[in-house]
Amino acid sequence: MAARTPLHARHLAARAVMVEFAGYAMPLRYTSIRDEHVAVRTRAGLFDLSHMGEVHVTGESAEATVQRLVANDISALAPGHALYAVMCNDDAGIIDDLLVYRVEDGFLVVVNASRRQVDLGWMRTHLLPGTELRDESDETALLAVQGPEAVAIVQTLTGADLSALGSFSSVVGAVAEVPCRISRTGYTGEDGLELYCAPGPAPQLWDALLEAGAARGLLPVGLGARDTLRLEAGLRLYGQDMDETVDPFSCGLAWTVKLGKGEFIGAARLRQLDPHDPPRRFVGLAVGPRHIPRHGMTVGAGGAPVGEVTSGGFSFTLGHGIATAYLSPDLREEPLSIDIRGEAVPANRVRLPFVGAPHHRQRHD
Amino acid sequence: MPDLSGYRFTPTHEWVRRDGDTATVGITDHAQSLLGDVIFLDLPAVGARLTAGDRFGAIESVKAASDLYAPVAGTVSEVNRSLADSPEQVNASPYEDGWLVRLRDVSEGGVELLDEAAYVARAEE
Repeated sequence: MAARTPLHARHLAARAVMVEFAGYAMPLRYTSIRDEHVAVRTRAGLFDLSHMGEVHVTGESAEATVQRLVANDISALAPGHALYAVMCNDDAGIIDDLLVYRVEDGFLVVVNASRRQVDLGWMRTHLLPGTELRDESDETALLAVQGPEAVAIVQTLTGADLSALGSFSSVVGAVAEVPCRISRTGYTGEDGLELYCAPGPAPQLWDALLEAGAARGLLPVGLGARDTLRLEAGLRLYGQDMDETVDPFSCGLAWTVKLGKGEFIGAARLRQLDPHDPPRRFVGLAVGPRHIPRHGMTVGAGGAPVGEVTSGGFSFTLGHGIATAYLSPDLREEPLSIDIRGEAVPANRVRLPFVGAPHHRQRHD
Repeated sequence: MPDLSGYRFTPTHEWVRRDGDTATVGITDHAQSLLGDVIFLDLPAVGARLTAGDRFGAIESVKAASDLYAPVAGTVSEVNRSLADSPEQVNASPYEDGWLVRLRDVSEGGVELLDEAAYVARAEE
């Protein structure tokens, strides 16, 4: 049976459509994916992300271990701050993309639920002496409040000064009297907060956020809109847009790779690649209003298949279909199409993100 | 919930409501719930001749594209044009405002048509 988050009863009471995702029973939608998507873009949305994995790394060599595991440079990370990073294998294939916080006694690494066991296995076999690793996923609930009204809503429930909380930083405090780590991060392309707390009081925090947000139009939001939001924001999804066969340069994540920081797993292979000219390139594609590209559809050029849609869907913000794909850089000028149910639908290359500001300061998880 | 006593249902989740020689066709509440938000529909033109059991259009939802199958034979006399601007009516009102096409010169046969109880029983299988 699927695992349950601490908010399971809340989802059932709200009559959410539930799906199994990464071994957890999760809400797909509470009402309509469109309404939930629009709420996050224009007002605010509340997410249960308690399925995500949290790994606590401590000990005198914790920093050296994390530096060895991830391609980004965490040495200059200030206390409470977070960095988006990829963890690579020896061939520079991406094992997972994750968020690393520097916390009081070491590091908090937030990983994809679907990769938790793989990540833990990999991390445990690459620990330096003097590093302890603890999987705290089952002791941690994660709620996200995202959207232009998100910070104002949470501010009504906390004494912490959220206006002083910069992007990708966090502070330990209390929201609705629930102790939590308050983090200015997210996966929607909007401003917002993520709140890490103990499972016990998570329903109390959920209820307080719903109540405080009601007057500002906050809705609970399921995984359906989480996917349409992150796709519009150009944020990659592990398992669709990247896996162990993809290196971070091809994935457009060269900005997270710090070859100058010293040795780390995958660095030797990455040094053989040109960060500006990878063998294939992660690109955005746009189609018309009456076509929806989907994961796995074939991208064509001049009648020949040249790639596959990694993520696709309908952009509620733009009103047309959008997709991402890996393409050879040689195809730079050729007209492209996507095979949608037997029809070669013209597709235009567009810059990522599809919606919002360039994402090199955002994270994705 | 509207009174569905005049509706009959296909195993492929369409409904048909007869009014003499004409019929109205849509998709069921169960179908719209499975599909999630309807984004747009491909529907036949007025005058198109539908054959019972054959594909007559498609519905694209946020989740997937699905073909539509004609529950009865007939000639399209009217298409629900309001769905072009408001496809969400299929979600909000699948049995009334979210109807898809109206047919004339209707004839049945070739497709199993279930009453509500039989359809619900089968959908729950």
